[in-house]
Amino acid sequence: MRTSVIPFGPQHPVLPEPLQLKLTVEDEVITEAVPALGYVHRGLEALAQNRDFHQMVQVTERVCGICSVLHAICYCQGLEDIMGITVPPRARYLRVIWGELLRLHSHLLWMGLFADSFGFESLFMQLWKIRERVLDIQEATTGNRVISGTIRVGGVSRDMDARQVHWIADQLTWVAHQVRQIEPVLREDFTIRRRTEGKGVLTSAQARELGAVGPVLRASGIAQDIRQTGYAAYGELDFEPVTATAGDCHARCMVRLGEIDQSIDLIHQALDRLPGGDIRSEVRGRPQGETLMRVEQPRGEVVYYIRADGGKTLSRVRIRTPTFANIPVLVKLLPGIFLSDVPVVVLSIDPCVSCLER
Amino acid sequence: MPIQWLDKLIRRARVKSPWLLHFDCGSCNGCDIEVLACLTPVYDVERFGIVNVGNPLHADLLLVTGTVNRRNGRVLTNLYEQMAAPKVVVAIGSCGLSGGIFRTAYNVIGGVDQMIPVDVYVPGCPPRPEAIIDGVFLALDRLSRPAKSSDRPPLKPVAGRSSP
Repeated sequence: MRTSVIPFGPQHPVLPEPLQLKLTVEDEVITEAVPALGYVHRGLEALAQNRDFHQMVQVTERVCGICSVLHAICYCQGLEDIMGITVPPRARYLRVIWGELLRLHSHLLWMGLFADSFGFESLFMQLWKIRERVLDIQEATTGNRVISGTIRVGGVSRDMDARQVHWIADQLTWVAHQVRQIEPVLREDFTIRRRTEGKGVLTSAQARELGAVGPVLRASGIAQDIRQTGYAAYGELDFEPVTATAGDCHARCMVRLGEIDQSIDLIHQALDRLPGGDIRSEVRGRPQGETLMRVEQPRGEVVYYIRADGGKTLSRVRIRTPTFANIPVLVKLLPGIFLSDVPVVVLSIDPCVSCLER
Repeated sequence: MPIQWLDKLIRRARVKSPWLLHFDCGSCNGCDIEVLACLTPVYDVERFGIVNVGNPLHADLLLVTGTVNRRNGRVLTNLYEQMAAPKVVVAIGSCGLSGGIFRTAYNVIGGVDQMIPVDVYVPGCPPRPEAIIDGVFLALDRLSRPAKSSDRPPLKPVAGRSSP
């Protein structure tokens, strides 16, 4: 049997991002996968040393355009922790609303790309059509479709009025209705199940050992969700982590499908209980100290380590992104599968290369 | 002259069905998902005959998002050189124009025009899909005109133009 090495990427039709995998194949079966990274590395963490800590919020939002709000929330929570700022309740609820809208559009986006990876193009188009409605809500409430720029240290910069709250609830009902129509296709369609069931199986012991995060971890039967720690307003809302037991690509899809419903439910809850009052507390002085902050992103847990020495700029910002934690999982899953299944398995962990390389 | 007549016909046909290649060159994904959104039902550029292809040899248009660094600059130049002439390049987003918010980061060289010639600049962080489609149409203008070797100064940026 002859062994050959196939470079998968950096420019390829499956992913919009330049992720390169060097795949060693024997006939059609993968024996080894080595990720080659660094195509998107910009050196964002070092920007903290020449930006004001308020300006750095905008930089952290651009770590990744898909998880933008949640990066900013994590960073701001870290600074609020260092400086001892109490965030007004209304701002905490608004953060939940924008964070969950982001999760909603990210999961719909992923599901579309996943459908595209096994050649189901009409499903891709349908899911992205639904996603546009979520982006409309983001645009109406924050002023931008993708990168919102509303999160500030100490709160948020934009408010919603009662009319918008009703409108969002209406739009989300439409989104939920559309998703419910597509759900049986994703759940039961014969072709989708043949392409995804039993592919790239990760057992719960392996998931724990490799340090998997997010939907990948929950699809292997471990109910761990950082939102349960109750940051922002999650402590006052009712939800349970969505889990599945099979640990294969189909299970990961089902977990994300469950999280779409969960996000819609959380936004409805937050809109119902939205308290009045200020949206931003005053920020005085300069930060001094260090902190570690964790937030649940669409792809899993993001960790920010922030150290400040009392200056205008921060001395260190370290970002551990969910895709970084899931790359060892990917390297473990690929050996033993067919080359034709690689796109499905790679996409099942929802790689975000921009997050990974920063 | 019959050859000129044929040339005109080919140029016209090319504009009616341009194929585009999208390359993410160190972008934060914000612009990439907007480029992809252009292909989906709400904006649907396929109604103009525009098809997204994965092979540089098939493509007439190169859409580049994001900043250039030392590692991906080589890939970008490779892709550009593989494309068959005539070809046009559209740089998308503030990062593609100048490096944007990452301009001062240590691993960033700058905008796309540091590596390859750019025909149309689409500003925004990220630009709306309408602006991207407008940028593609400006690039098609360039494609429909007869090529000259001196024909390289970039077109005016899309800012300030009304959306189609």
